[in-house]
Amino acid sequence: MSKLTELTIAEARERLRKKSFSSRELAEAHIAAIAEANAALNAYVLPTPERALKMAETSDARLAKGEAGTLEGIPLGIKDLFCTKGVRTTACSHILDGFTPTYESTVTANLWAQGAVMLGKLNNDEFAMGSSNETSYYGPVVNPWRRKGSNARLVPGGSSGGSSAAVAARLCMGATATDTGGSIRQPAAVTGTVGIKPTYGRCSRFGIVAFASSLDQAGPIARTVEDAAILLSAMASHDPKDTTSVDLPVPDFAAAVGKGVRGLTIGIPREYRAPGMAPEIEALWQQGVEWLKSAGANIKEVSLPHTKYALPSYYIVAPAEASSNLARYDGVRYGLREKGADVIAMYEKTRAAGFGAEVKRRILIGTYVLSAGYYDAYYLKAQKVRTLIKRDFDAAFETVDAILTPTTPGPAFALGEKSGDPLEMYLNDIFTVTVNMAGLPGMSVPAGLSSEGTPLGLQLIGKAFDEETLFRAGRVIEEAAGPLAKPHDWWSKAA
Amino acid sequence: MSVDRATVRRIARLARLAVTEAEEARLEKEVSGILDWVAQLDEIDTSTVPPMTRVASMTMKMRKDEVTDGFYAADILKNAPEVDDGYFVVPKIVE
Repeated sequence: MSKLTELTIAEARERLRKKSFSSRELAEAHIAAIAEANAALNAYVLPTPERALKMAETSDARLAKGEAGTLEGIPLGIKDLFCTKGVRTTACSHILDGFTPTYESTVTANLWAQGAVMLGKLNNDEFAMGSSNETSYYGPVVNPWRRKGSNARLVPGGSSGGSSAAVAARLCMGATATDTGGSIRQPAAVTGTVGIKPTYGRCSRFGIVAFASSLDQAGPIARTVEDAAILLSAMASHDPKDTTSVDLPVPDFAAAVGKGVRGLTIGIPREYRAPGMAPEIEALWQQGVEWLKSAGANIKEVSLPHTKYALPSYYIVAPAEASSNLARYDGVRYGLREKGADVIAMYEKTRAAGFGAEVKRRILIGTYVLSAGYYDAYYLKAQKVRTLIKRDFDAAFETVDAILTPTTPGPAFALGEKSGDPLEMYLNDIFTVTVNMAGLPGMSVPAGLSSEGTPLGLQLIGKAFDEETLFRAGRVIEEAAGPLAKPHDWWSKAA
Repeated sequence: MSVDRATVRRIARLARLAVTEAEEARLEKEVSGILDWVAQLDEIDTSTVPPMTRVASMTMKMRKDEVTDGFYAADILKNAPEVDDGYFVVPKIVE
Protein backbone atom coordinates (compact mmCIF):
# COMPACT_ATOMS: atom_id res chain seq x y z
CA MET A 1 0.00 0.00 0.00
CA SER A 2 1.35 3.40 -0.91
CA LYS A 3 1.82 5.96 1.84
CA LEU A 4 -1.54 7.24 3.05
CA THR A 5 -0.40 10.85 2.73
CA GLU A 6 0.15 10.36 -1.01
CA LEU A 7 -3.51 9.63 -1.72
CA THR A 8 -5.83 12.15 -3.30
CA ILE A 9 -9.02 13.10 -1.49
CA ALA A 10 -11.07 11.20 -4.08
CA GLU A 11 -8.99 8.03 -3.55
CA ALA A 12 -8.94 8.29 0.25
CA ARG A 13 -12.69 8.85 0.36
CA GLU A 14 -13.26 5.68 -1.66
CA ARG A 15 -10.94 3.58 0.47
CA LEU A 16 -12.29 4.90 3.76
CA ARG A 17 -15.72 3.77 2.66
CA LYS A 18 -14.32 0.34 1.77
CA LYS A 19 -12.63 0.25 5.22
CA SER A 20 -9.17 -0.28 3.63
CA PHE A 21 -7.96 1.90 6.50
CA SER A 22 -9.58 4.05 9.18
CA SER A 23 -9.90 7.83 9.46
CA ARG A 24 -7.79 7.55 12.57
CA GLU A 25 -4.95 5.88 10.62
CA LEU A 26 -5.21 8.54 7.93
CA ALA A 27 -5.09 11.32 10.54
CA GLU A 28 -2.14 9.66 12.31
CA ALA A 29 -0.16 9.46 9.06
CA HIS A 30 -0.61 13.20 8.54
CA ILE A 31 0.11 14.09 12.17
CA ALA A 32 3.39 12.17 11.90
CA ALA A 33 4.27 13.93 8.62
CA ILE A 34 3.65 17.34 10.20
CA ALA A 35 5.83 16.49 13.21
CA GLU A 36 8.63 15.51 10.81
CA ALA A 37 8.35 18.51 8.52
CA ASN A 38 7.16 21.56 10.36
CA ALA A 39 10.51 22.64 11.78
CA ALA A 40 11.88 22.94 8.23
CA LEU A 41 8.79 24.24 6.38
CA ASN A 42 6.91 26.24 9.07
CA ALA A 43 3.65 25.58 7.24
CA TYR A 44 1.56 25.12 10.40
CA VAL A 45 1.45 27.83 13.06
CA LEU A 46 -0.67 25.60 15.30
CA PRO A 47 -0.96 21.85 14.71
CA THR A 48 -4.01 20.40 16.50
CA PRO A 49 -3.28 16.65 16.66
CA GLU A 50 -5.59 15.84 19.61
CA ARG A 51 -8.51 17.53 17.91
CA ALA A 52 -7.68 15.73 14.66
CA LEU A 53 -7.73 12.33 16.34
CA LYS A 54 -11.01 13.09 18.09
CA MET A 55 -12.63 14.22 14.85
CA ALA A 56 -11.23 11.15 13.04
CA GLU A 57 -12.77 8.85 15.63
CA THR A 58 -16.13 10.52 15.13
CA SER A 59 -15.67 10.01 11.38
CA ASP A 60 -14.89 6.33 11.89
CA ALA A 61 -18.11 5.96 13.87
CA ARG A 62 -20.09 7.70 11.14
CA LEU A 63 -18.46 5.60 8.43
CA ALA A 64 -19.31 2.44 10.38
CA LYS A 65 -22.94 3.54 10.52
CA GLY A 66 -22.99 4.42 6.81
CA GLU A 67 -23.63 8.09 7.59
CA ALA A 68 -20.51 9.49 5.90
CA GLY A 69 -20.42 13.10 4.68
CA THR A 70 -18.72 14.06 1.42
CA LEU A 71 -15.42 14.67 3.26
CA GLU A 72 -15.78 12.08 6.01
CA GLY A 73 -12.41 11.45 7.63
CA ILE A 74 -10.43 13.66 5.21
CA PRO A 75 -7.66 15.57 7.05
CA LEU A 76 -7.39 19.22 6.07
CA GLY A 77 -5.29 22.23 7.02
CA ILE A 78 -7.03 25.53 7.79
CA LYS A 79 -5.54 28.91 6.94
CA ASP A 80 -5.16 30.96 10.12
CA LEU A 81 -7.54 33.57 8.67
CA PHE A 82 -10.54 31.30 9.37
CA CYS A 83 -12.00 31.57 12.86
CA THR A 84 -12.13 28.16 14.51
CA LYS A 85 -14.10 27.86 17.73
CA GLY A 86 -11.84 27.22 20.69
CA VAL A 87 -8.69 27.12 18.52
CA ARG A 88 -6.34 30.13 18.40
CA THR A 89 -6.82 32.27 15.30
CA THR A 90 -4.42 35.17 14.72
CA ALA A 91 -4.31 35.91 10.98
CA CYS A 92 -0.57 35.51 11.74
CA SER A 93 -0.51 38.96 13.32
CA HIS A 94 0.99 39.87 16.70
CA ILE A 95 -2.04 42.10 17.32
CA LEU A 96 -4.31 39.03 17.58
CA ASP A 97 -2.05 37.29 20.10
CA GLY A 98 -3.89 34.50 21.82
CA PHE A 99 -7.26 35.29 20.21
CA THR A 100 -9.46 32.23 20.60
CA PRO A 101 -12.74 32.61 18.73
CA THR A 102 -15.98 31.67 20.43
CA TYR A 103 -17.56 31.01 17.04
CA GLU A 104 -16.76 29.10 13.85
CA SER A 105 -16.42 30.50 10.32
CA THR A 106 -19.19 29.34 8.01
CA VAL A 107 -16.72 27.78 5.54
CA THR A 108 -15.03 25.63 8.18
CA ALA A 109 -18.39 24.77 9.79
CA ASN A 110 -19.51 23.50 6.37
CA LEU A 111 -16.37 21.34 6.11
CA TRP A 112 -16.84 19.84 9.59
CA ALA A 113 -20.50 19.16 8.80
CA GLN A 114 -19.28 17.01 5.89
CA GLY A 115 -16.94 15.09 8.18
CA ALA A 116 -13.58 16.75 7.43
CA VAL A 117 -10.84 16.50 10.08
CA MET A 118 -8.81 19.53 11.17
CA LEU A 119 -5.03 18.98 11.35
CA GLY A 120 -4.23 22.53 12.44
CA LYS A 121 -3.94 26.19 11.52
CA LEU A 122 -1.76 27.14 8.56
CA ASN A 123 0.66 30.02 8.23
CA ASN A 124 -0.13 33.01 6.00
CA ASP A 125 1.07 36.54 5.36
CA GLU A 126 -0.04 38.86 8.18
CA PHE A 127 -3.73 39.63 7.55
CA ALA A 128 -3.20 38.00 4.12
CA MET A 129 -1.13 40.99 3.00
CA GLY A 130 1.74 39.65 0.95
CA SER A 131 2.69 37.50 -2.02
CA SER A 132 5.44 35.37 -0.48
CA ASN A 133 4.36 34.50 3.08
CA GLU A 134 7.28 36.56 4.38
CA THR A 135 5.14 39.02 6.39
CA SER A 136 3.80 36.44 8.89
CA TYR A 137 4.46 37.22 12.56
CA TYR A 138 5.33 33.51 12.89
CA GLY A 139 8.08 33.67 10.27
CA PRO A 140 8.18 32.69 6.61
CA VAL A 141 6.99 29.39 5.16
CA VAL A 142 9.49 27.48 3.02
CA ASN A 143 8.43 26.01 -0.32
CA PRO A 144 9.00 22.22 -0.44
CA TRP A 145 10.31 22.72 -3.99
CA ARG A 146 13.95 23.64 -4.56
CA ARG A 147 15.79 24.80 -7.65
CA LYS A 148 17.81 22.14 -9.46
CA GLY A 149 21.20 21.78 -7.79
CA SER A 150 20.48 24.39 -5.12
CA ASN A 151 19.55 24.33 -1.45
CA ALA A 152 18.31 27.93 -1.46
CA ARG A 153 15.05 28.29 0.44
CA LEU A 154 12.24 29.40 -1.88
CA VAL A 155 8.98 31.15 -0.97
CA PRO A 156 5.71 29.17 -1.30
CA GLY A 157 3.82 32.20 -2.63
CA GLY A 158 1.36 34.17 -0.58
CA SER A 159 -0.68 34.98 1.18
CA SER A 160 -1.86 31.34 1.47
CA GLY A 161 1.74 30.06 1.65
CA GLY A 162 1.12 27.67 4.55
CA SER A 163 -1.78 26.16 2.61
CA SER A 164 0.18 25.71 -0.62
CA ALA A 165 3.32 24.34 1.09
CA ALA A 166 1.35 21.93 3.31
CA VAL A 167 -0.60 20.53 0.36
CA ALA A 168 2.54 20.19 -1.80
CA ALA A 169 4.53 18.53 1.01
CA ARG A 170 1.71 16.07 1.83
CA LEU A 171 1.09 17.60 5.26
CA CYS A 172 -2.67 17.63 4.56
CA MET A 173 -4.90 16.35 1.74
CA GLY A 174 -6.27 19.80 1.00
CA ALA A 175 -6.41 23.21 2.63
CA THR A 176 -8.63 26.22 2.94
CA ALA A 177 -7.23 29.47 1.59
CA THR A 178 -8.40 32.98 0.79
CA ASP A 179 -7.77 35.19 -2.23
CA THR A 180 -8.00 38.99 -2.28
CA GLY A 181 -5.60 39.69 -5.18
CA GLY A 182 -4.22 36.26 -6.04
CA SER A 183 -3.55 34.68 -2.65
CA ILE A 184 -4.94 31.25 -3.62
CA ARG A 185 -3.85 31.05 -7.26
CA GLN A 186 -0.34 32.50 -6.98
CA PRO A 187 0.82 30.16 -4.14
CA ALA A 188 -0.82 27.21 -5.91
CA ALA A 189 1.12 28.01 -9.10
CA VAL A 190 4.54 28.14 -7.43
CA THR A 191 4.03 24.91 -5.45
CA GLY A 192 2.57 22.73 -8.21
CA THR A 193 -0.89 22.59 -6.61
CA VAL A 194 -4.42 23.42 -7.79
CA GLY A 195 -6.12 26.50 -6.35
CA ILE A 196 -9.48 28.03 -7.16
CA LYS A 197 -10.88 31.38 -6.11
CA PRO A 198 -14.60 31.04 -6.74
CA THR A 199 -16.89 33.87 -7.79
CA TYR A 200 -17.30 36.60 -5.17
CA GLY A 201 -20.32 35.54 -3.10
CA ARG A 202 -19.94 31.78 -3.65
CA CYS A 203 -18.42 31.20 -0.18
CA SER A 204 -19.55 32.99 2.95
CA ARG A 205 -17.05 35.44 4.42
CA PHE A 206 -18.55 35.06 7.90
CA GLY A 207 -15.82 34.30 10.42
CA ILE A 208 -12.93 34.96 8.03
CA VAL A 209 -10.64 37.72 9.29
CA ALA A 210 -11.47 40.60 6.93
CA PHE A 211 -8.83 42.19 4.71
CA ALA A 212 -10.63 43.92 1.78
CA SER A 213 -14.28 43.01 1.98
CA SER A 214 -15.27 43.68 -1.64
CA LEU A 215 -12.43 41.43 -2.88
CA ASP A 216 -11.94 38.68 -0.25
CA GLN A 217 -13.12 35.21 -1.18
CA ALA A 218 -12.38 31.77 0.24
CA GLY A 219 -11.44 28.72 -1.82
CA PRO A 220 -9.48 25.47 -1.63
CA ILE A 221 -5.92 24.42 -2.49
CA ALA A 222 -5.56 20.73 -3.36
CA ARG A 223 -3.34 18.35 -5.34
CA THR A 224 -5.80 17.61 -8.16
CA VAL A 225 -8.56 19.45 -9.99
CA GLU A 226 -11.06 16.84 -8.82
CA ASP A 227 -10.04 17.29 -5.17
CA ALA A 228 -10.41 21.07 -5.49
CA ALA A 229 -13.90 20.51 -6.91
CA ILE A 230 -14.88 18.20 -4.02
CA LEU A 231 -13.64 20.73 -1.48
CA LEU A 232 -15.30 23.74 -3.10
CA SER A 233 -18.71 22.03 -3.17
CA ALA A 234 -18.40 21.51 0.58
CA MET A 235 -17.11 25.03 1.36
CA ALA A 236 -19.66 27.02 -0.65
CA SER A 237 -23.07 27.92 0.71
CA HIS A 238 -25.62 30.67 0.95
CA ASP A 239 -25.26 32.21 4.39
CA PRO A 240 -27.64 34.72 5.96
CA LYS A 241 -24.70 35.89 8.11
CA ASP A 242 -22.97 37.32 5.00
CA THR A 243 -25.22 39.57 2.92
CA THR A 244 -22.84 39.27 -0.05
CA SER A 245 -23.11 35.48 -0.18
CA VAL A 246 -25.40 34.49 -3.03
CA ASP A 247 -28.59 32.55 -2.82
CA LEU A 248 -27.77 30.10 -5.62
CA PRO A 249 -27.65 26.31 -5.50
CA VAL A 250 -24.11 24.94 -5.10
CA PRO A 251 -23.36 22.57 -8.00
CA ASP A 252 -21.64 19.22 -7.56
CA PHE A 253 -18.42 20.61 -9.04
CA ALA A 254 -16.76 17.18 -9.16
CA ALA A 255 -19.39 16.06 -11.66
CA ALA A 256 -18.14 18.73 -14.10
CA VAL A 257 -14.49 17.66 -13.91
CA GLY A 258 -14.50 14.95 -16.60
CA LYS A 259 -16.69 16.74 -19.14
CA GLY A 260 -13.90 17.96 -21.39
CA VAL A 261 -13.72 21.15 -23.45
CA ARG A 262 -14.96 19.99 -26.85
CA GLY A 263 -16.92 22.82 -28.43
CA LEU A 264 -15.95 25.40 -25.80
CA THR A 265 -14.27 28.63 -26.86
CA ILE A 266 -11.24 29.72 -24.83
CA GLY A 267 -10.14 33.35 -24.97
CA ILE A 268 -6.52 34.48 -25.04
CA PRO A 269 -6.25 38.11 -23.87
CA ARG A 270 -3.66 39.99 -25.91
CA GLU A 271 -2.98 42.53 -23.13
CA TYR A 272 -1.54 39.81 -20.90
CA ARG A 273 1.31 39.37 -23.38
CA ALA A 274 3.16 42.05 -21.46
CA PRO A 275 6.47 43.29 -22.81
CA GLY A 276 9.25 41.59 -20.90
CA MET A 277 7.26 38.42 -20.30
CA ALA A 278 9.70 35.59 -19.53
CA PRO A 279 10.07 33.36 -22.62
CA GLU A 280 9.36 30.22 -20.61
CA ILE A 281 6.09 31.71 -19.34
CA GLU A 282 5.14 32.64 -22.89
CA ALA A 283 5.99 29.10 -24.05
CA LEU A 284 3.97 27.53 -21.22
CA TRP A 285 0.98 29.67 -22.15
CA GLN A 286 1.27 28.61 -25.80
CA GLN A 287 1.52 24.99 -24.66
CA GLY A 288 -1.73 25.45 -22.72
CA VAL A 289 -3.41 26.79 -25.87
CA GLU A 290 -2.25 23.72 -27.82
CA TRP A 291 -3.49 21.32 -25.14
CA LEU A 292 -6.96 22.88 -25.08
CA LYS A 293 -7.05 22.97 -28.88
CA SER A 294 -6.20 19.30 -29.20
CA ALA A 295 -8.93 18.51 -26.66
CA GLY A 296 -11.43 20.11 -29.01
CA ALA A 297 -11.68 23.71 -27.78
CA ASN A 298 -11.79 26.68 -30.11
CA ILE A 299 -9.23 29.38 -29.39
CA LYS A 300 -10.01 33.06 -29.88
CA GLU A 301 -7.97 36.16 -29.16
CA VAL A 302 -9.81 38.63 -26.93
CA SER A 303 -9.03 42.11 -25.68
CA LEU A 304 -9.16 43.29 -22.07
CA PRO A 305 -7.96 46.87 -22.62
CA HIS A 306 -7.94 48.01 -18.97
CA THR A 307 -5.73 45.15 -17.74
CA LYS A 308 -2.78 47.40 -16.94
CA TYR A 309 -4.90 49.51 -14.60
CA ALA A 310 -6.05 46.59 -12.45
CA LEU A 311 -3.03 46.48 -10.17
CA PRO A 312 -2.83 50.25 -9.48
CA SER A 313 -6.58 50.44 -8.79
CA TYR A 314 -6.28 47.35 -6.57
CA TYR A 315 -3.64 49.16 -4.51
CA ILE A 316 -6.22 51.84 -3.75
CA VAL A 317 -9.27 49.66 -3.11
CA ALA A 318 -7.53 46.97 -1.04
CA PRO A 319 -5.63 49.27 1.36
CA ALA A 320 -8.68 51.55 1.73
CA GLU A 321 -10.90 48.66 2.78
CA ALA A 322 -8.09 47.20 4.92
CA SER A 323 -7.57 50.45 6.82
CA SER A 324 -11.26 50.45 7.63
CA ASN A 325 -11.45 46.76 8.55
CA LEU A 326 -8.31 46.89 10.70
CA ALA A 327 -9.62 49.85 12.72
CA ARG A 328 -11.20 47.27 15.04
CA TYR A 329 -7.79 46.23 16.45
CA ASP A 330 -7.62 48.76 19.25
CA GLY A 331 -6.43 46.79 22.27
CA VAL A 332 -9.86 46.87 23.88
CA ARG A 333 -11.85 43.82 22.83
CA TYR A 334 -9.25 41.20 21.92
CA GLY A 335 -5.61 40.53 21.30
CA LEU A 336 -2.63 42.65 22.24
CA ARG A 337 -2.74 45.73 24.47
CA GLU A 338 0.17 48.08 25.12
CA LYS A 339 -0.04 50.54 27.99
CA GLY A 340 -0.53 54.23 27.25
CA ALA A 341 -1.01 57.39 29.30
CA ASP A 342 -4.47 57.91 27.84
CA VAL A 343 -6.79 55.96 25.59
CA ILE A 344 -5.40 57.42 22.34
CA ALA A 345 -1.83 56.62 23.36
CA MET A 346 -2.97 53.09 24.24
CA TYR A 347 -4.48 52.68 20.75
CA GLU A 348 -1.42 54.10 19.02
CA LYS A 349 1.09 52.03 20.95
CA THR A 350 -0.94 48.83 20.67
CA ARG A 351 -1.28 49.22 16.90
CA ALA A 352 2.38 50.21 16.49
CA ALA A 353 3.52 47.10 18.37
CA GLY A 354 0.92 44.76 16.93
CA PHE A 355 1.09 45.39 13.19
CA GLY A 356 4.04 44.52 10.94
CA ALA A 357 5.64 46.82 8.36
CA GLU A 358 3.54 45.76 5.33
CA VAL A 359 0.27 46.07 7.27
CA LYS A 360 1.25 49.53 8.55
CA ARG A 361 2.13 50.62 5.01
CA ARG A 362 -1.28 49.55 3.73
CA ILE A 363 -3.16 51.09 6.64
CA LEU A 364 -1.44 54.40 5.94
CA ILE A 365 -2.13 54.29 2.20
CA GLY A 366 -5.74 53.37 2.89
CA THR A 367 -6.17 56.11 5.47
CA TYR A 368 -4.65 58.63 3.08
CA VAL A 369 -6.85 57.74 0.08
CA LEU A 370 -9.97 57.84 2.25
CA SER A 371 -9.05 61.06 4.06
CA ALA A 372 -11.01 64.27 3.55
CA GLY A 373 -10.57 65.71 0.06
CA TYR A 374 -8.98 62.59 -1.45
CA TYR A 375 -11.89 60.14 -1.59
CA ASP A 376 -13.02 61.12 -5.12
CA ALA A 377 -9.51 61.23 -6.54
CA TYR A 378 -8.57 57.80 -5.27
CA TYR A 379 -11.22 55.41 -3.97
CA LEU A 380 -14.07 56.59 -6.20
CA LYS A 381 -11.73 56.71 -9.20
CA ALA A 382 -10.53 53.16 -8.49
CA GLN A 383 -14.10 51.88 -8.18
CA LYS A 384 -14.88 53.46 -11.57
CA VAL A 385 -11.85 51.72 -13.07
CA ARG A 386 -13.24 48.50 -11.63
CA THR A 387 -16.40 49.04 -13.64
CA LEU A 388 -14.25 49.35 -16.78
CA ILE A 389 -12.33 46.16 -15.92
CA LYS A 390 -15.62 44.33 -15.37
CA ARG A 391 -16.98 45.64 -18.70
CA ASP A 392 -13.88 44.34 -20.49
CA PHE A 393 -14.61 40.86 -19.13
CA ASP A 394 -18.34 41.12 -19.90
CA ALA A 395 -17.52 41.94 -23.53
CA ALA A 396 -15.01 39.10 -23.80
CA PHE A 397 -17.45 36.59 -22.30
CA GLU A 398 -19.95 37.38 -25.03
CA THR A 399 -17.75 35.37 -27.37
CA VAL A 400 -15.74 33.01 -25.14
CA ASP A 401 -16.53 30.52 -22.35
CA ALA A 402 -13.33 30.93 -20.35
CA ILE A 403 -10.01 32.77 -20.58
CA LEU A 404 -6.50 31.28 -20.35
CA THR A 405 -3.50 33.20 -18.98
CA PRO A 406 -0.31 32.44 -17.05
CA THR A 407 -0.86 32.55 -13.25
CA THR A 408 2.40 34.25 -12.30
CA PRO A 409 5.13 36.20 -14.09
CA GLY A 410 7.71 33.61 -12.97
CA PRO A 411 8.47 30.64 -10.70
CA ALA A 412 9.07 30.76 -6.93
CA PHE A 413 11.80 33.16 -5.89
CA ALA A 414 14.14 32.87 -2.91
CA LEU A 415 13.36 34.12 0.58
CA GLY A 416 14.40 37.75 0.91
CA GLU A 417 14.90 38.18 -2.83
CA LYS A 418 12.01 40.61 -3.35
CA SER A 419 11.25 41.94 0.10
CA GLY A 420 13.19 45.18 -0.34
CA ASP A 421 10.75 46.94 -2.65
CA PRO A 422 6.98 46.77 -2.03
CA LEU A 423 6.14 47.61 -5.66
CA GLU A 424 8.27 44.77 -6.98
CA MET A 425 6.46 42.39 -4.63
CA TYR A 426 3.04 43.69 -5.75
CA LEU A 427 3.84 42.85 -9.39
CA ASN A 428 3.63 39.12 -8.58
CA ASP A 429 -0.15 39.50 -8.65
CA ILE A 430 -0.30 41.19 -12.06
CA PHE A 431 -2.14 38.30 -13.77
CA THR A 432 -4.42 37.39 -10.87
CA VAL A 433 -5.67 40.70 -9.50
CA THR A 434 -8.00 41.56 -12.42
CA VAL A 435 -10.14 38.56 -11.47
CA ASN A 436 -10.76 39.88 -7.94
CA MET A 437 -11.49 43.37 -9.23
CA ALA A 438 -14.21 41.90 -11.47
CA GLY A 439 -15.42 39.38 -8.85
CA LEU A 440 -14.95 36.44 -11.26
CA PRO A 441 -13.82 32.88 -10.59
CA GLY A 442 -10.20 32.00 -11.36
CA MET A 443 -8.24 28.77 -11.06
CA SER A 444 -4.55 27.91 -11.22
CA VAL A 445 -3.56 24.49 -12.53
CA PRO A 446 -0.01 23.06 -12.53
CA ALA A 447 1.22 23.04 -16.13
CA GLY A 448 4.92 22.22 -16.02
CA LEU A 449 8.31 23.02 -14.55
CA SER A 450 10.48 26.08 -15.07
CA SER A 451 14.06 25.90 -16.32
CA GLU A 452 14.97 25.94 -12.61
CA GLY A 453 12.97 22.75 -12.07
CA THR A 454 10.22 24.48 -10.03
CA PRO A 455 6.47 24.51 -10.79
CA LEU A 456 4.56 26.92 -13.01
CA GLY A 457 0.81 27.29 -13.35
CA LEU A 458 -1.76 28.38 -15.88
CA GLN A 459 -4.80 30.40 -14.89
CA LEU A 460 -8.33 29.92 -16.16
CA ILE A 461 -10.83 32.75 -15.68
CA GLY A 462 -14.56 32.10 -15.92
CA LYS A 463 -17.89 33.85 -16.07
CA ALA A 464 -19.50 34.76 -12.76
CA PHE A 465 -20.85 31.59 -11.08
CA ASP A 466 -19.51 29.36 -13.83
CA GLU A 467 -16.77 27.56 -11.89
CA GLU A 468 -17.84 24.36 -13.66
CA THR A 469 -16.23 25.42 -16.94
CA LEU A 470 -12.99 26.06 -15.05
CA PHE A 471 -13.06 22.56 -13.58
CA ARG A 472 -13.64 21.09 -17.05
CA ALA A 473 -10.80 23.03 -18.68
CA GLY A 474 -8.56 22.66 -15.63
CA ARG A 475 -8.84 18.90 -15.81
CA VAL A 476 -7.87 18.95 -19.50
CA ILE A 477 -4.70 20.92 -18.72
CA GLU A 478 -3.91 18.69 -15.73
CA GLU A 479 -4.28 15.58 -17.87
CA ALA A 480 -2.23 16.97 -20.77
CA ALA A 481 0.55 18.23 -18.50
CA GLY A 482 0.76 14.80 -16.88
CA PRO A 483 1.65 14.22 -13.25
CA LEU A 484 4.21 16.74 -12.06
CA ALA A 485 7.34 15.27 -10.53
CA LYS A 486 6.86 15.69 -6.80
CA PRO A 487 9.29 17.66 -4.67
CA HIS A 488 12.06 15.50 -3.24
CA ASP A 489 11.59 15.14 0.54
CA TRP A 490 14.49 17.07 2.10
CA TRP A 491 12.37 18.49 4.91
CA SER A 492 11.58 15.44 7.06
CA LYS A 493 13.83 15.08 10.08
CA ALA A 494 14.38 11.45 9.11
CA ALA A 495 15.27 12.29 5.48
CA MET B 1 7.13 63.12 -3.37
CA SER B 2 3.33 63.01 -3.25
CA VAL B 3 3.34 62.96 0.55
CA ASP B 4 5.70 64.82 2.86
CA ARG B 5 6.80 64.04 6.39
CA ALA B 6 4.04 66.14 7.96
CA THR B 7 1.38 64.29 5.94
CA VAL B 8 2.76 60.92 7.04
CA ARG B 9 2.54 62.13 10.64
CA ARG B 10 -1.03 63.36 10.12
CA ILE B 11 -2.33 60.16 8.54
CA ALA B 12 -0.52 58.02 11.10
CA ARG B 13 -2.36 60.00 13.76
CA LEU B 14 -5.67 59.50 11.91
CA ALA B 15 -4.92 55.77 11.70
CA ARG B 16 -4.04 55.67 15.43
CA LEU B 17 -0.60 54.33 14.65
CA ALA B 18 2.46 55.50 16.59
CA VAL B 19 5.40 55.81 14.17
CA THR B 20 9.04 56.42 14.98
CA GLU B 21 11.11 59.01 13.10
CA ALA B 22 12.91 56.25 11.22
CA GLU B 23 9.55 54.78 10.18
CA GLU B 24 8.29 58.22 9.12
CA ALA B 25 11.25 58.60 6.78
CA ARG B 26 10.76 55.17 5.25
CA LEU B 27 6.99 55.54 4.94
CA GLU B 28 7.32 58.97 3.30
CA LYS B 29 9.35 57.34 0.55
CA GLU B 30 7.29 54.16 0.22
CA VAL B 31 3.83 55.73 0.37
CA SER B 32 4.91 58.40 -2.14
CA GLY B 33 6.28 55.72 -4.44
CA ILE B 34 3.01 53.79 -4.37
CA LEU B 35 0.85 56.90 -4.83
CA ASP B 36 3.02 58.06 -7.77
CA TRP B 37 2.55 54.64 -9.34
CA VAL B 38 -1.25 54.60 -8.91
CA ALA B 39 -1.39 58.09 -10.49
CA GLN B 40 -1.30 56.33 -13.89
CA LEU B 41 -5.07 55.90 -13.40
CA ASP B 42 -5.37 59.59 -14.37
CA GLU B 43 -4.74 58.48 -17.97
CA ILE B 44 -8.30 57.09 -18.09
CA ASP B 45 -11.32 59.35 -18.48
CA THR B 46 -13.89 58.03 -16.00
CA SER B 47 -16.17 61.09 -15.98
CA THR B 48 -19.13 59.10 -17.35
CA VAL B 49 -18.35 55.76 -15.68
CA PRO B 50 -20.37 54.70 -12.62
CA PRO B 51 -18.35 53.32 -9.71
CA MET B 52 -18.64 49.60 -9.09
CA THR B 53 -20.77 48.96 -6.03
CA ARG B 54 -21.15 45.21 -6.29
CA VAL B 55 -19.59 42.56 -8.47
CA ALA B 56 -22.72 40.53 -9.24
CA SER B 57 -26.07 42.11 -9.85
CA MET B 58 -28.30 41.17 -6.97
CA THR B 59 -30.72 43.03 -4.81
CA MET B 60 -29.77 43.74 -1.24
CA LYS B 61 -31.15 41.04 0.98
CA MET B 62 -33.42 42.04 3.82
CA ARG B 63 -34.20 40.03 6.89
CA LYS B 64 -37.06 40.28 9.35
CA ASP B 65 -36.46 42.86 12.04
CA GLU B 66 -36.24 40.32 14.82
CA VAL B 67 -33.76 39.70 17.61
CA THR B 68 -31.98 36.49 16.59
CA ASP B 69 -28.67 36.89 18.36
CA GLY B 70 -27.22 37.91 21.70
CA PHE B 71 -27.16 36.97 25.38
CA TYR B 72 -23.56 35.75 25.46
CA ALA B 73 -21.72 38.60 27.12
CA ALA B 74 -19.17 36.20 28.59
CA ASP B 75 -18.18 35.05 25.08
CA ILE B 76 -17.77 38.63 23.93
CA LEU B 77 -15.55 39.52 26.88
CA LYS B 78 -13.58 36.29 26.76
CA ASN B 79 -10.69 37.60 24.66
CA ALA B 80 -10.47 41.10 26.12
CA PRO B 81 -7.13 42.17 27.62
CA GLU B 82 -8.87 43.71 30.65
CA VAL B 83 -12.44 43.29 31.93
CA ASP B 84 -14.25 44.17 35.11
CA ASP B 85 -17.74 43.12 36.16
CA GLY B 86 -18.95 42.49 32.62
CA TYR B 87 -17.30 45.59 31.10
CA PHE B 88 -14.26 46.26 28.91
CA VAL B 89 -11.71 48.33 30.80
CA VAL B 90 -9.88 51.19 29.02
CA PRO B 91 -7.63 53.97 30.32
CA LYS B 92 -9.49 56.90 31.89
CA ILE B 93 -11.11 59.10 29.21
CA VAL B 94 -13.03 61.75 31.20
CA GLU B 95 -11.27 63.60 33.99
